[in-house]
Amino acid sequence: MSSAPTSAPYLPPGLQMPVAETDGLSAPYWAGLQQEKLLVQRCSRCKRWQFGPEWICHKCHAFDPDWVEVPAEGRIYSWERVWHPVHPALKGHCPYLAVLVELPHAGGLRMVGNLLGDPLQEVRIGASVTGIFEHHSQASLLQWQCAQASKGVTI
Amino acid sequence: MNARTLRGKVAVVGIGETTYYKHGQSPDAEFKLALQAILAACGDAGIDPHCIDGFASYSEDRNDATRLAVALGLPRLRSATMQWGGGGGGCCAAVANGAAAIATGQADCVVVFRSLAQGQYGRFGHVSATTTAATVSGERAYLAPYGVISPPQRFAMRVRRYMHEHGVRQEALRAIAMASYHHAQNNPRAVMNGKPLDEATYDASRWIVEPLHLFDCCMENDGAAALILMDAQRAADCAQKPVYLLGAAAGSGPRFGSFAHNSIEYASGNFGTVAPDLYRMAGVEPKDVGVVQAYENFTGGVLMALAEHGFFPPEAANDFLVLDNLVAKGGRLPLNTSGGNLAECYVHGFELVLEAVRQVRGTSSNQAARNDVALVVGGPMVSPVSDLLLGSGDVL
Repeated sequence: MSSAPTSAPYLPPGLQMPVAETDGLSAPYWAGLQQEKLLVQRCSRCKRWQFGPEWICHKCHAFDPDWVEVPAEGRIYSWERVWHPVHPALKGHCPYLAVLVELPHAGGLRMVGNLLGDPLQEVRIGASVTGIFEHHSQASLLQWQCAQASKGVTI
Repeated sequence: MNARTLRGKVAVVGIGETTYYKHGQSPDAEFKLALQAILAACGDAGIDPHCIDGFASYSEDRNDATRLAVALGLPRLRSATMQWGGGGGGCCAAVANGAAAIATGQADCVVVFRSLAQGQYGRFGHVSATTTAATVSGERAYLAPYGVISPPQRFAMRVRRYMHEHGVRQEALRAIAMASYHHAQNNPRAVMNGKPLDEATYDASRWIVEPLHLFDCCMENDGAAALILMDAQRAADCAQKPVYLLGAAAGSGPRFGSFAHNSIEYASGNFGTVAPDLYRMAGVEPKDVGVVQAYENFTGGVLMALAEHGFFPPEAANDFLVLDNLVAKGGRLPLNTSGGNLAECYVHGFELVLEAVRQVRGTSSNQAARNDVALVVGGPMVSPVSDLLLGSGDVL
């Protein structure tokens, strides 16, 4: 895993930045990203993986599932190339790529992020990707890069 | 023991709609559109609007039952139900909720409606105060910072995954879009009447978000549509041929709405648990259905919904979804015969329910050859979804 502190964010500034709900449910997830850790919920009783976060395990109904760190490594489960900007900040910045990444080290949980690199690149479902933490002043995001392309980056 | 069913107990006795407009072009306020559609439906049924004693709607319709009852001077309001969930997932459930009120003696004459003036309240496909605030929480926090903001952006990856799993080609989506446009050319109400779509135009149209072209995405409009429900016995005395509810179902598969695209069955329209319920209540099978109105938020959702309602296995989608199969009146399964959300008017799918009523009556401008049993499907890929089977008295 690697941070990309010197490179520009994938999308231009002006998009909404994530914050935890007022009840704090997702706060550990967002705090984890700021520390370059990918945290997801796993029930301490029945070991079921869970994302998005909830106050209860959906399988055994134990409250307050644990937050555990998992490697930011996965496979592309689906993808989309966005051509029509709907947010003023994105005008002139299309196309861009969003991917849905499946995490085999976390029971197949999925995360949405952007696929770094050429927005016109050919995208292959099943391709291995590695997480890149993208830090903003208010919050951090988790982006993805094809595993081959990320060789040479400190992992 | 009485069977717990709506089959044959309640009928649609009247339908009505406003003029359908491009978004922002209604000269009338959204609430006035609702009133116009309701009065038109009463006129169609041949009933005094003061008979109305219930309202049902969905998707947080802004025109609430109490204000309508006050404006119409109703002697009493009884049932007032709102189906949870956004989008068009509730367009059939709202009918079922109204019908349930009648079948259980909680109301006698229920209006089901949707009114939507997007020029006055903003479009779903554009940014709003919600999407331009500096920060975001809840499910959108996992999506919006990555530019996954509008409905097509939130559903394209489901469609892409479905196409990948089942080998569905773009031409299948194109056929769905073309069926709606084909039918709109015969429908004077349709916003896209006089604007036919051919294959080359579809293929050359811009991507909104791959794999969805412009013509794979619903319009956004101003308009309202309403229908009147009564119990089957009273329906026989109304002006129109009664159109009976054969079955209704709503809901969601296991954890379908999981945040950040974590549904267990991701590549799905969410009818896996709902469609079997519908057919069971109606006592019919897919082969009995003569005509289908399937909610087109995006053509890819129609593809999933049709497969999940048993019209073809997903692997046969490319063969089934060709224009000739989908047009009235001779196609194997005439689809979206008014033009629907793509080409008639985006009234959140309620225009589809009205068209199914017309089909059973035999009064559609694109009449299907087999019209005794008509299916409506609401809301693919959202949660909860809903569906409805309507039929003539001959089926009961």
